[in-house]
Amino acid sequence: MSAIPQNPPAASASAPASSVTTVNTKLDVRALDFFYGQFQAIRNVSIRIPEHQVTAFIGPSGCGKSTLLRTFNRMFEIYPEQRARGQVIVDGEDILSSRKDVALIRAKIGMVFQKPTPFPMSIFENIAFGIRLYEKLSKAEMQARVEGCLRQAALWDEVKDKLQQTGTSLSGGQQQRLCIARAVAIKPEIVLLDEPCSALDPISTAKVEEMIEELKTDYTVVIVTHNMQQAARVSDKTAFMYMGELIEFGDTEKIFTKPEKKQTEDYITGRFG
Amino acid sequence: MKASEAARDAQPIAATADKNSAGPRARISADFLFRNLSAAVAMLVAISLLGILIALWREGWEALHHFGWRFLVSTSWNPVSEHFGALVFIVGTLISSAIALVIAVPVSFGIALFISEMAPRWLRNPVSAAIELLAAIPSIIYGMWGLLVFAPWFSNFEPWINDHLGALPGIGLLFQGPPMGIGMLSAGIVLGIMIIPFIAAIMRDVFLITPAPLKESAYAMGATKWEVARKVILPYTRTAVTGGIFLGLGRALGETMAVTFIIGNANNLSASLLMPGSSIASVIANEFTEATTHLYKSALLALGLILFVITFIVLVLAKLLLLRLDRMEGRKA
Amino acid sequence: MISRYQRRKLVNLFNLGVAVLATIFGVFWLIWILWTTLRYGASSVNWALFTQDTPAPGSSGGGLRNAFVGSLILLGMAVAIGAPVGVLAGTWLAEFAARRKLGAMVRFLNDILLSAPSIVIGLFAYAIIVDPSGHFSAYSGGVALALILIPVVVRTTDEMLRLVPGSLREAAIALGTPYWKLVTRITWRASASGILTGVLLGIARISGETAPLLFTALNNQFWSTSLDHPIANLPMVIFQFAMSPYTNWQQLAWAGAFVAVAFILLLSLVARLIVRRGRGA
Repeated sequence: MSAIPQNPPAASASAPASSVTTVNTKLDVRALDFFYGQFQAIRNVSIRIPEHQVTAFIGPSGCGKSTLLRTFNRMFEIYPEQRARGQVIVDGEDILSSRKDVALIRAKIGMVFQKPTPFPMSIFENIAFGIRLYEKLSKAEMQARVEGCLRQAALWDEVKDKLQQTGTSLSGGQQQRLCIARAVAIKPEIVLLDEPCSALDPISTAKVEEMIEELKTDYTVVIVTHNMQQAARVSDKTAFMYMGELIEFGDTEKIFTKPEKKQTEDYITGRFG
Repeated sequence: MKASEAARDAQPIAATADKNSAGPRARISADFLFRNLSAAVAMLVAISLLGILIALWREGWEALHHFGWRFLVSTSWNPVSEHFGALVFIVGTLISSAIALVIAVPVSFGIALFISEMAPRWLRNPVSAAIELLAAIPSIIYGMWGLLVFAPWFSNFEPWINDHLGALPGIGLLFQGPPMGIGMLSAGIVLGIMIIPFIAAIMRDVFLITPAPLKESAYAMGATKWEVARKVILPYTRTAVTGGIFLGLGRALGETMAVTFIIGNANNLSASLLMPGSSIASVIANEFTEATTHLYKSALLALGLILFVITFIVLVLAKLLLLRLDRMEGRKA
Repeated sequence: MISRYQRRKLVNLFNLGVAVLATIFGVFWLIWILWTTLRYGASSVNWALFTQDTPAPGSSGGGLRNAFVGSLILLGMAVAIGAPVGVLAGTWLAEFAARRKLGAMVRFLNDILLSAPSIVIGLFAYAIIVDPSGHFSAYSGGVALALILIPVVVRTTDEMLRLVPGSLREAAIALGTPYWKLVTRITWRASASGILTGVLLGIARISGETAPLLFTALNNQFWSTSLDHPIANLPMVIFQFAMSPYTNWQQLAWAGAFVAVAFILLLSLVARLIVRRGRGA
C-alpha cells in the first residue's frame, strides 16, 4: 500500500487554506462510490478530513452522509449487498483495499451510533470489554483506565457508585456518553459520530457537545448530524452533502455565513424542498 | 437514509462478509472454529430427519421385504402365525385423526375469533394462556384422564348415540356398539381436545396480523363482526389457517399415549366408531416390549416408518402453507 | 317476516355466541383435567411418595422415589446434550445463515423435527443405540429426550437472537470485536432470558414424554442410577400403574400425574415470568 503518496499537509482543495497553521489530513477520501444493491447512494465523493479537528457532515435525509461515515470503518461490509468503490486513505493506507484484519482498522476508528447501544453487561464491563480486546491489563490498571474514560465522558461522578449495574439502567444521555467513553477507551485515532444526539434531550445533548469539543485534542472527530445548529456549534469544518454528492466543504464559519454554492445556501437558510 | 436504516435494522447481519479479512492467526481460527462448529451442529440437526428415515427403513426392512406391498393392504395382524399387515392401524390412525379434526377445527376457529376479535383486552391473555396450557399437559395425563374419567362419563351418552344416531339409515352403522366409553370415537374426541391449542394458536396469530385497514373498510360498509370474520379475515388468512390445520393433523396422527389408553387396542377393523380399534402409534406402544421375534419387531418398526412418512408429508405441507404467514409477519416487522 | 338487516344481526349474534361457547368448551377441558389431577393426585401426595420406591404388584404402600430420581437423571442428560446443541445450531441459523438458502432449509427441517411424533423419535433412538448395544438403557432414553428438546431450543434461540437489534452488533463490530466474541459475549447475553425460556419450555415438553421412553429407558421397578441399565421414570410408571387393576398403583399414578403436571405448570409459569421481565427491561 506504500504506492499511495503521502498527502501534502494542506486543507482540502475546495476550501482554500484559511487556517493559519498547516493541518494534516487524517482521512483522505478519493472518488468514493457506494451502492446498496443496484442503488447508488454515494457518487464520486472526494474529501480530506483534517486531523484534530471536528468535521461535520450535514444534509437532508437520504443524502448519503451516514452511508459515507459507514465506509470509514468498513461497517457496510457486514451486509452482503452493500459495496463501496474508491479509496479511503488513513495514514497513507487505503482501508477499503487493505488486507489487514478489519478489526484492527476498526480499533483505530471508533464509532458511536444514533441510538445508545450499551452492551448487556455492567457499566464497568461495557468499557472494559473493548479494552480487553486489545490489551491485557491488571485489575488495578483496568480500574484506573475505566475510571479515566468515564471521567473523560464526564460520567464518573454519576456512575461511580453503581459501576456493577447494567448499562441499560442509565438514562439515555448517560448511555450515549457511556458509548462514547467505550469508543475512546480503545484509544482510536478517529472517532465517528453518527447523529449521536438525535435520541437525546437538550440537556444531554449539551453535555455530549461539550465532550465532542474536548475529544478533538486527542482525536480526529467526524460527526454526522441533521441538526445544523449543532454542526455550527461543534465543528471546525463542515461538509454539505446532497443526493449522494458532496456539494461544498469548508470552514464551518464560512459555510454558515457565506456559502459558495446555491444549494448549500438554500439548505442553510431552510429554503429546501 | 431513513428507509435504508430501517431495512438495515430489520435484517440480521450476515457474518460472511468478513471472510476476506486477513489478520492475526489466533483470531481467525477462533472465528473459523466457532462458525464451523455451529454450522456442523446445525447440519447434524437437519440431517437427523434423514437419519430417522434410514434407521427405520433398515430396521423395518425385514418385514417390508418379507411381506412386500401386501404389508400395506393386509388387515391381518397375527403375532402367533407371524403374519403382519398394517391396514387396520393405518385406517385406525386416519379415522381417529379425522374425528379429532372434525372437533378441533370449528372449536379452534371459535376460540381464535373470540380471542382476536371479541374478547376485551383484559381477557385476551388469560384465555390465550389457558388454551396454550392445554398443549403443555403431557399426553400421558390426557390418556389417564381419558381412561379413568372421561370414558366412564362418556359411556353415559353412548346408549343415546346408539338409539338416535345408530338408528339412522346408512351412517347408523357408525354408531352402533356396546357403551364402553372407550373406542375410536372417544380416542378421536380426546385427540381433538389435544390438538385444539395448536390449531387455535395459529389461527389467533394470523387473525391478529390481518391488516386493520382491511377489516376497517369492511366494518365501514356496515358489515357485522361475523361477516368480517367470515368474508374478510378467513379468506385473507386461508392458506395459513389450512397450514395450522395440517399442523394439528400432524400432531394427531403421531399422538401415542392418549390414544393407547382409550382406543381400546383391538387389532381388527370394525364399522362402528364406538368399537375399540388401534392406531399405528398405539400398537407400537402396546406390543413393542412383547415382540420377541425379529420379524415381529421389524414389522413394528416398519409401522413406525409408515407413520413417519405420513406425518412427514403432512408436516411439510403444513410448513409450506405457513411459509406465507412468516412472510406476512416479516413484512410487518 | 324479518328484514334482511335483522337476519344479518341474528346470524352475527348466533355465530359470535357459538365462538364464545367454543372458547368455554376449550377452557372447560383444561379445568376438568387439572381439577381431576388435583383431586385424585394431591390427596395421595405424602412423605412416603418421595422416600419409598415403587411397590411390587399386590403389596401396599410404596412411593415413587426411584421414578422421580430416574426422571431427573433423564432430564439432566437430555438438557446436557440438547441445550448446547440446540443453542449452537440456533446461533448458526440466526448469526451465520440468516438470509441464506441453506439456513432457510435447515430452519424448515428443524420445524418438521419439532412436530415429528415423539414415538418415531423413540424408535430412532432404539435403532441407533438400543439395538446395536443389545439392551435398554438410561442413556438411550436421555438421547431420545434430547432429540425432542433440540428443535425447541434451536427455534427459540434462532428467534431470540434475531430480535437482538443490528445496532448492538454494529457497535461491537465498530470496536473491532471478533465475531465469535460478539456472539458469545454480547448477543447471547442480550437474549439470555429468551434462550433460557426456550430451554425451560423444552424441559416442560419432554418431562411428560412417555412414548420415546418405551423403547429406550424402559422402566425399572427398583432403585437404579446406572446409565447403562433401564431406569425408572415417572411417565412410564404412570403408564404402567394407571392401566393396572390395583388401587394403590392407580393412586400412585395419580400422585405422579399431579407432581408431573405441577412441575410442568411451574416451568411454564417461570418461563412466562422471565419473558415478561425481559420485556419490561
